Amino acid sequence: MFFDSDLLMSALRALTPILLAALGGAICERAGVFNIGLEGMMLMGCFTAVATSWFTGSPWLGVLAAALAAAAYSLILAVGTVTLRGDAVVLGVAMNLLAVGLTSFLLRTVFGVQGTFDDPSLAGLPLIGGLSPLAYLSWAAVGVAAVMLSRHVWGLRLRGVGEAPDAAATLGVSPAKYKYAAVLLSGVLCGLAGSQLALGNVTLFTENMTAGRGWIAVVAVMLGRALPLGVLLAALLFGLAEAAGFRLQGLGLPQQATDAAPYVVTLGALFLTTARRRRRVRPSSTGAAS
Amino acid sequence: MTPPQADPAVELRGITKRFPGTLANDAVDLTVRRGEIHALMGENGAGKSTLMSILYGMTRADAGSVRVDGREADFASPGDAMAAGLGMVHQSFKLFDSLSVAENVVYAAEPRRFGLVDRAAARRRVRELVEEHGLAVDPDARVGDLPVGLRQRVEILKLLHRGARTLILDEPTAVLTPAEADALFTVLKSLTAQGRTVILVTHKLREVLEGSDRVTVLRDGRVVARLVTAETSADEIAAAMTGRAVELDRIHAPGTPGDVVLGVSGLATDGVREASLTVRAGEIVGIAGVAGNGQSELIEALAGLRPTSTGQVTLLDADITHASATERRLKGLAYVPEDRHAVGTAPAASVAENLAMGHHRTSLSSRGLLPPAGVRAHARQLTERFGIKASAPEVPASALSGGNLQKLLIGRELAHEAPLLLVEQPTRGVDIGAIQNIHDQLIAYRDAGHAVLLVSAELSEIRGLADRVLVMYEGRITASYDKDEADERTLGLAMAGGASREAVTVEAVD
Repeated sequence: MFFDSDLLMSALRALTPILLAALGGAICERAGVFNIGLEGMMLMGCFTAVATSWFTGSPWLGVLAAALAAAAYSLILAVGTVTLRGDAVVLGVAMNLLAVGLTSFLLRTVFGVQGTFDDPSLAGLPLIGGLSPLAYLSWAAVGVAAVMLSRHVWGLRLRGVGEAPDAAATLGVSPAKYKYAAVLLSGVLCGLAGSQLALGNVTLFTENMTAGRGWIAVVAVMLGRALPLGVLLAALLFGLAEAAGFRLQGLGLPQQATDAAPYVVTLGALFLTTARRRRRVRPSSTGAAS
Repeated sequence: MTPPQADPAVELRGITKRFPGTLANDAVDLTVRRGEIHALMGENGAGKSTLMSILYGMTRADAGSVRVDGREADFASPGDAMAAGLGMVHQSFKLFDSLSVAENVVYAAEPRRFGLVDRAAARRRVRELVEEHGLAVDPDARVGDLPVGLRQRVEILKLLHRGARTLILDEPTAVLTPAEADALFTVLKSLTAQGRTVILVTHKLREVLEGSDRVTVLRDGRVVARLVTAETSADEIAAAMTGRAVELDRIHAPGTPGDVVLGVSGLATDGVREASLTVRAGEIVGIAGVAGNGQSELIEALAGLRPTSTGQVTLLDADITHASATERRLKGLAYVPEDRHAVGTAPAASVAENLAMGHHRTSLSSRGLLPPAGVRAHARQLTERFGIKASAPEVPASALSGGNLQKLLIGRELAHEAPLLLVEQPTRGVDIGAIQNIHDQLIAYRDAGHAVLLVSAELSEIRGLADRVLVMYEGRITASYDKDEADERTLGLAMAGGASREAVTVEAVD
């Protein structure tokens, strides 16, 4: 059978990093910061998790360090967009490119290897019921984020800041503070996502190992309309696509084709969301210029 | 000890504020008594906004003192001003469209339960305020879905929730329909009856005369008049604002209509149902109506910006029903759109470029190129002819004041000498002096034998300029009046839907 519990478990494993990163993206989106640096933050998390776990022997210290490192890395976006009023897209892309270069460089200098660092004594996260504790944490995070955003005072203020920063400022709420908090939080969540990827799904670090998952998380934010539950459903869709890709590979399809599954789903999702958005826009003026 | 009631609500003494190149406020004194509606008037750039932003802690004065309720105040932020009992409704509303009315009202001053927003308490609070002040609005409605008049109420509720004793309203009626404006003043009067104080920043004379107790007029950063509303007149205030005698609400003599230039029969588009009208050469036809009754859609359809679904449109006997905007312009149509910033001009482009737009395909074009000398000469000529004040033709259009930008837009379109001019809201947000200039230009254009179709939300403008007045209601043209029949009452009634086709015939029989 194509759909069975193995496929589901595989989908849940694939889901976790995307979900964690996408929750971070959703919080930023609500605060009015377009965060496409999720990929880079996650990759920084992957490397820090592996390096810390290797040198301390504790995967949990790895997770903690990853969360801190990715949060520190996310400061580039916070300072760049909020304080210096730079362009979030340019910064996000730069962060993603920098993270690939920086982690590859560190891999060479710290571990003296190229491509992949892999060692049997590298400690990964324990499994509970076949899944890492971070998987359960990510589900809990969905609920917490949903309540915080929709019901909590902090969430109301954050949403206000994202929608109309001027209006929030006139009421004494500092948009900068909330935006910084949202970006830092997304950094922490991306650090957890990276830990899950490098110490949960596998136990190794390989160059550019996020392989577009951060970008998929960006799409999950759009598709889920930056609502925690919506993001969960979108991430689940991508998790299933990735798991189905593995399965199809097992059925003899070429790997190059099956690896493309999540990206094909991403493209389809992007197409659907933009098509929907386009319909909402008023027909533009015609013939005004010639 | 003096009871606090004896102190003025707001007292500004010797407020001076200098910006590079201008003295925005020059030793301004302003006293606002408790329980009054005090109008602060002046043309654009007179220093009203600067003064209010100093009072509200958004700008620091270079010199002078602020007292609120008798206490010395030095506000570093709007938050400080709010804590002292001030509240400001900004001209562009500061609301969260996707949030509910209740959420907007309690934002940053939320009733809480265990750190969560207590929604039931928020709703209750809004209902209390609504009942207490007669500001009917549904606490659960999404603010983005509300009409402008109700959004303004949300702004006022927000301030009342925070306990504001003095409300500052910046150009509150700029975006309101006449009925909404009346409702606003009813609310303001009930607020002052409870002992609250209102400062009204505006340049609209009529509402000041009807709604305020006292008036302070600023010009060039100085106080030029302090008046008691009951003892003054529109002419006196206008003269103080402009520094010269101004003839207000002039009814221009009718024109002499010639041949039909624009013929519209049974036109329908989104928001417009079976509109039929004609505009003749040497005639201004005015369309009155409350905003949102299809006037903009009709004009956009005529300008070629919106497809016509049924009906026929002729321009000088040529059928242009399905012509593009370019074809229409080449056949003899010019157009002054309602939104001069987003549609009428390109703010980042220079004054000269903006003046060249449209003319680029006719007079200014030379073998497909635009010789810069020609563009410059054209700009010089138009800025002179229409009195557009720009420091140089190269400055971006965004550097112009609202009135000057409107003069640029109208000048550019008039310069086409097109047989038909469509013009929407020609003087919205424009100073009294500039209004007069623009009106004179439109009348001169008509007298030169051109046809003008005018849409305006200002009844006085329609009555002053139009030779015939049509009223639009719910997408239909429901009434038509000659110049001498179109008094304010009749038009007001028709705009509120009181005129049916029968009413038109009765009117004609009379």
